[in-house]
Amino acid sequence: MVPVSWYLLLAALLFAIGTAGALTRRNGITIFLSIELMLNSVNLTLVAYSRLLGDHTGQIVVFFVLAVAAAEAAVGLALFIAIYRHRRTIDLNRMNLLRW
Amino acid sequence: MIETAIFLLFALLAVGSALVVVLHRNPVYSTMSLVVTLVSLAVLFVLLGAPFIAALQILIYTGAIVVLFLFVVMLLNIGREEIGQHGGMLQKVLAGVGALVLLGMVGSASWGLYGGAVAKPLDEDFVSLTTLASELFSSYLLTFELVGLLLLVAVIAATVLAARPRSGERVEQEVEVAAGPAAGPGPVTATTGDAVLPREGVR
Repeated sequence: MVPVSWYLLLAALLFAIGTAGALTRRNGITIFLSIELMLNSVNLTLVAYSRLLGDHTGQIVVFFVLAVAAAEAAVGLALFIAIYRHRRTIDLNRMNLLRW
Repeated sequence: MIETAIFLLFALLAVGSALVVVLHRNPVYSTMSLVVTLVSLAVLFVLLGAPFIAALQILIYTGAIVVLFLFVVMLLNIGREEIGQHGGMLQKVLAGVGALVLLGMVGSASWGLYGGAVAKPLDEDFVSLTTLASELFSSYLLTFELVGLLLLVAVIAATVLAARPRSGERVEQEVEVAAGPAAGPGPVTATTGDAVLPREGVR
């Protein structure tokens, strides 16, 4: 049997990788992919705790997280298309309209 | 024994492809390696006794979300991002240190809570879809309906944001027709580019 904490450590590692990606990359799509990675590592944590505690609530929360992630991806990518139409780029360093 | 082997194989695969997602400069490669990460996580979900979540993961994530990502990447024709001009080294180092600190905190917290705890063997009641569904549609019925509403709002929002506005299209064509014969093919692209601005004013 694999100890459940191995899954938790794997999820923490994936979350850290996603965080580093979201902080360093400048391409909007790649940052979005990093955020999806972080969402998925949290899903792994929830399912692992659900397994450990023998409770279905974690899996149900993952179900809702999946739905919210789908909505977020649809709206976010539509925003990228709208931004690209005006600025011809989705490089986040060039989106400095609101920069002080 | 075989469970440990499967876990190690797919954990390594997930971490490796997650690194490719974050490090590769071409967004198409990043998206495709995200597929590998998601499928390996789906395998781990099966190992954890959640086959329904694994099926959802494959269907929704790799079937819908990643395809949407690929579609947008190819629609916008995004190439490799150019090498940074904004002193990216300090940012990269700080982000790496921050991610390591986060890893240490989350890892030690979860290890401290349940340090090598092994879950009790899977029983049929935990894996079965029926108990999950009866819980989902009794205690969480309101949330379920609200998520449906959220998805509807997201569909409308995405359509409104990504659709080319009709009035703007008309402005663009008028400008093109007006500028076409007088200015020739060269400046036409410039005037259509400027026609984006009045469209914003319309909205």
